Amino acid sequence: MKYDIILCGVGGQGVLSVAAAIAAAGASEGLHVRQSEVHGMAQRGGAVMSHLRLSDDMIPGDLVPRGGADMILSVEPLEALRYTKYLKPDGICVSAAAAFENIPNYPALETVISRVESLPNSRLVNAGALAKDAGNRRAVNMVMVGAASTFLPLSQKTLESAITSLFSRKGDEIVKMNIKAFRSGRDS
Amino acid sequence: MSDRALLGDEAVALGAMHAGLSSAYGYPGTPSTEIMEFLLEAAKTGGDDVHQAHWSSNEKTAFEEALGASFCGRRVLITMKHVGLNVAADPFMNAALLDIKGGVVLAVADDPGMHSSQNEQDSRYFADFAMIPCLEPTSQQEAYDMTRSAFDLSEELSVPVMIRLVTRLSHSRAAIKSSEPRYQNKLNKADGRAGWTLLPARARRRYTELIGKQEKMIFLSEESTYNTMKTAVDSGRCELGVITTGLARNYFDENAGEISVSYNHLHIGQSPWPVRKIRTLMDSSDRLLILEEGMPFLERYIRGIGSDSMPIDGKLNGKVVRQGELDPDNIREALGLPARPALDFDPGALPMRPPQLCRGCPHEDSYNFIKEVVEHLEQSIVTSDIGCYALGVLPPLEVPETVVCMGASISMAKGAAEAGHPNVMAVIGDSTFYHSGLTGLVDCVADQAAVTVIIVDNSTVAMTGGQETMLASARLPGVIEGLGVEKSHIHVVDALKKVHNENVAILKKELAYDGPSVIITVRECVETLRKKINAAAGAAK
Repeated sequence: MKYDIILCGVGGQGVLSVAAAIAAAGASEGLHVRQSEVHGMAQRGGAVMSHLRLSDDMIPGDLVPRGGADMILSVEPLEALRYTKYLKPDGICVSAAAAFENIPNYPALETVISRVESLPNSRLVNAGALAKDAGNRRAVNMVMVGAASTFLPLSQKTLESAITSLFSRKGDEIVKMNIKAFRSGRDS
Repeated sequence: MSDRALLGDEAVALGAMHAGLSSAYGYPGTPSTEIMEFLLEAAKTGGDDVHQAHWSSNEKTAFEEALGASFCGRRVLITMKHVGLNVAADPFMNAALLDIKGGVVLAVADDPGMHSSQNEQDSRYFADFAMIPCLEPTSQQEAYDMTRSAFDLSEELSVPVMIRLVTRLSHSRAAIKSSEPRYQNKLNKADGRAGWTLLPARARRRYTELIGKQEKMIFLSEESTYNTMKTAVDSGRCELGVITTGLARNYFDENAGEISVSYNHLHIGQSPWPVRKIRTLMDSSDRLLILEEGMPFLERYIRGIGSDSMPIDGKLNGKVVRQGELDPDNIREALGLPARPALDFDPGALPMRPPQLCRGCPHEDSYNFIKEVVEHLEQSIVTSDIGCYALGVLPPLEVPETVVCMGASISMAKGAAEAGHPNVMAVIGDSTFYHSGLTGLVDCVADQAAVTVIIVDNSTVAMTGGQETMLASARLPGVIEGLGVEKSHIHVVDALKKVHNENVAILKKELAYDGPSVIITVRECVETLRKKINAAAGAAK
């Protein structure tokens, strides 16, 4: 088994936490995991992208080749489109539907959404609303982990315990809220 | 020992700790920062055998502080990004001549592709320049293992050893297996001064020694388990010989299953170059492909001048991408393999989303008042520096006209003012000022240069994730006064919209003054503030 994911969004949206949760769950299931992160200048409000590779065998490198991703998991629809060249012909794109508009020339959202929908396999999630219901708008990222989880080769249990340990130092309430966000994404 | 998922940077830090590290010094710089952050965190646990870990004012002071600890027989680690080694080049080059007893390991992180840097210089040239060994890990596990080896190698050869990292490894996470930790070296000052006093007569002897060590260094490279040769099954002559260095090996392995011709593969993780191994590969192959992450360093060495004995493909003849990072796709192309089947999909035109200042960033308010003043001047120059505020170059602010290297804002401003240009301003952050701005300001004071320095003081090293500035914000005016700037020309103002007009007036007044002046615009970084608030909220729960 080999599962390659491109994670993307805008700096500050919590893409790294998405990567950390899935990577930790993969490791706890005994898989080999390679996770490439973005730090520094590239992170400041710009497009960010992270490679995450899961496999039951040795993984040669940290980067997913073009045409090699089983999934694009994006917390922003325009950013999902930016990396479609990485997707396998039968790969799936799971993206949040809401735009993060911090550039003056952001295209019409309908156009962006319809382009994502025109991919052979795509799933758009109303992650903003679900995160708000879960108790925090910033939990969009964990809603997206939930939405992706039904496709990932990982169990709900290990993903939830990974999320729990990821947020444990921020207190019980934050953990509960993120688990709720995860479940609402999973059930959406 | 159990598996731990670590960044490449963190694996270096843990490797150093387990190698008996006593002291670590560095200056934050992407992608090297997380090495020291890991060591600082680990040092908090205390205990008898815990190491020292400190940020320094700049890479040069860091290197020298580490040398002081090595002089006492201790094992030391120095961390920095590639361009930081330019700043530390003086102690670095001279350290190769010292009689090192306490292992000195320099972990330097290069940034091919310039994710967060102003150039993509390849630190292996520096290792070669200083005539010391360089180890180049390709995985987090190797980052751990090689760091441990580097300390042993440093003490065996009595020279510093370089660990060369690149962004992709520094910032990628994987599980590693650690091994039994080693104790620290005991305090044991170097005996005899001849090995540490580089007066010309003694330095000449030390240089003779260093030259003499080269043969052993090459021998160790030939024997190194980090330099591995994989020969084709029949071990006969091959159509293709491949040499990889650094992460190129990973991308080669990713594609190797699809190579249809017979090939031999030499991977080099330890330099100086294992000459005999390279020769063996060349002698058994019809053509050569050189894949190295970084500049065509090995390739130039192998090509020499007109060594046309065999066809060689690499960066210099355009078969491998010359600039930026290697990846599984450009290596695939270099191997002559067809592109993988991918989705036939046109995402349409997508606008770029470059990095930008955070919402509410104090630098925006600082640039806004500078911008207003500049817009009303016929002639002006605004130099800037390395840090988040360099993003002020981009729309909508577009204020700075130069961004070159740490500290250059002030010194370039002096040069511009003395060239006869009116209204010269230098914008520099508080941490960059301590790193390399102090000396430039001393120059301005000495010659009474008509420069207005604007120190955008957000009380943190923001771009690299919010490390503490060397000295607290409140001490900055005193430091500047101490350097000789007249008190009446030092202003401390808030970086806030509500005092925009007052700030405009102060800047105008100081531009009219024919001498050095400093305006410190103070407001804490919003990101650092947010982290503090979150940490406090977490602690309260």
